Amino acid sequence: MSSSPSIQPPGGRQTDAPRRGSYLYYRHTLPVRVMHWINVIALTILLLSGLNIFSAHPALYWGQSSYSGRPPVFQIGARENEDDDVIGVTRIFGHEFVTTGVLGASTDADGDVMPRTFPSWLTVPGDRWLAMARRWHFFFAWVFVINGLAYVAYSIISRHITRDLLPTGNDWRSIGRSIIDHLRFKHPTGEAAKRYNVLQKLAYLSVIFVLLPLAILMGFAMSPTLNSLIPGWVDLFGGRQSARTIHFIVAWLLVAFVLVHVFEVIISGFWNHLRSMITGRYAIDTEVRK
Amino acid sequence: MKAPATVSRRRFLARALGAGGAFALSGCDALSQTQWFPKVLATGETLTRTVQQLIAPRRAMAQEFGEADLSPGFRSNGTSMPANAKYLALAANGFVDYRLEVGGLVEKPASLSLAELRALPSRTQITRHDCVEGWSAIGKWKGVKLSALLETVRPKPEARYVMFYCADPMEQDGTSPYYESIDMDDAFHPQTILAYDLNDTTLPIPNGAPIRLRVERQLGYKHAKYVMRIELVQSFDRIAGGKGGYWEDQGYEWWAGI
Repeated sequence: MSSSPSIQPPGGRQTDAPRRGSYLYYRHTLPVRVMHWINVIALTILLLSGLNIFSAHPALYWGQSSYSGRPPVFQIGARENEDDDVIGVTRIFGHEFVTTGVLGASTDADGDVMPRTFPSWLTVPGDRWLAMARRWHFFFAWVFVINGLAYVAYSIISRHITRDLLPTGNDWRSIGRSIIDHLRFKHPTGEAAKRYNVLQKLAYLSVIFVLLPLAILMGFAMSPTLNSLIPGWVDLFGGRQSARTIHFIVAWLLVAFVLVHVFEVIISGFWNHLRSMITGRYAIDTEVRK
Repeated sequence: MKAPATVSRRRFLARALGAGGAFALSGCDALSQTQWFPKVLATGETLTRTVQQLIAPRRAMAQEFGEADLSPGFRSNGTSMPANAKYLALAANGFVDYRLEVGGLVEKPASLSLAELRALPSRTQITRHDCVEGWSAIGKWKGVKLSALLETVRPKPEARYVMFYCADPMEQDGTSPYYESIDMDDAFHPQTILAYDLNDTTLPIPNGAPIRLRVERQLGYKHAKYVMRIELVQSFDRIAGGKGGYWEDQGYEWWAGI
């Protein structure tokens, strides 16, 4: 197997290691790796089963109720055009967009366009099946919550948060530099690649301590039993239907995070990152780059 | 130049990842169709029920609202006119011949007319109805407190559930009448009522006339409409599909707290 630096692609991308001029650095501990992949599975199923659940009433509202006299803020539906073709439509704040193929109407197994909120490949189960989607959703909600609590506990005890995730004074001062580097798709190399950069830290912290807890809390806000714990607490978020809307928005913010996260992983050394999240070992280049 | 072995291995891995994703999704569908896997998933429901009953006091009250919050026109969902000759005859006569049968594990079975039900202690509440589908509507309900009704029939100590048998058949051929069940804690909860009025008028047929159950801290399908008979039981294993309700028999949770 060839592993000479000569096959290294241009542009400072990292490739397979170990090789001359690099060494393996133990980056992710076993608990973090295990919990990361449990989270990948749980969040994927939560999203896909959540989209199936959403299909049972594909409209979002602001306030306590869905029947307040005000139209939904967001709605996915289907109607027929003049040629009797099924077209998918998405309405956002009263503006209608034709979204045939993706939202409102998409092709079924026979290739016919049918009314369907999301394409079947984007939901678990593939067909509209509220009872089964709820089973998937709530089972993996427990997996996700228990995993998340274990992660937070572990990260506090092992000082993962304070050591690796909290931005340092230097980080804050270099934030402008980091933004420019990200926009130029330039990533830290050598010893600097051992640490998370400041934007990375902020992204992880906001996902771990803002978005994910908010998704859970808005899930609780939709539960009539949990509503009764402190009557009125759901009003802090605008009411139950607002909570459902926030839950939906947070889900897509998490998708956006995952897209950026996977994009960054791909452009900053996909196999190196993937290996480090599986074996824990991340290759650090010792050659100075210009 | 011959590609190094690592490159083709990566390409293979990348393809395997894509194929794995598609396989995993169809795998979810296949698992949903098995007998055993939905039962594994249902352990999540047991956990939810246990934790919710643990942390939410059984007397905790559902949020109540003001007149200004009322939804204009309370949505009717599911049956809007039961296809049942006996029911239609009662409805045609303004339900004057309606009798609510209360029996099962009770000391003193009873059969009550609407006038007798209205004479029992009542409660009025403006609450939010949360459907399992995701929508909510706010309505003002007035009805007999189930606790007051149960006190008149005196449940036996072995009674664990209250069953509600309804007039609306769920199948086209007139079979599978709707039914529901709640436990004794919910049955004696102050907000659990058999509603006969909605928004200050007699309960309309699309909303469950002449009486419907309100069990405010659970989802809409627990709130049985067109209630004809109440039975106290020790177990519902041998009733209909054995899961304690029409939708429960279709795979929905008996504990509809979330």
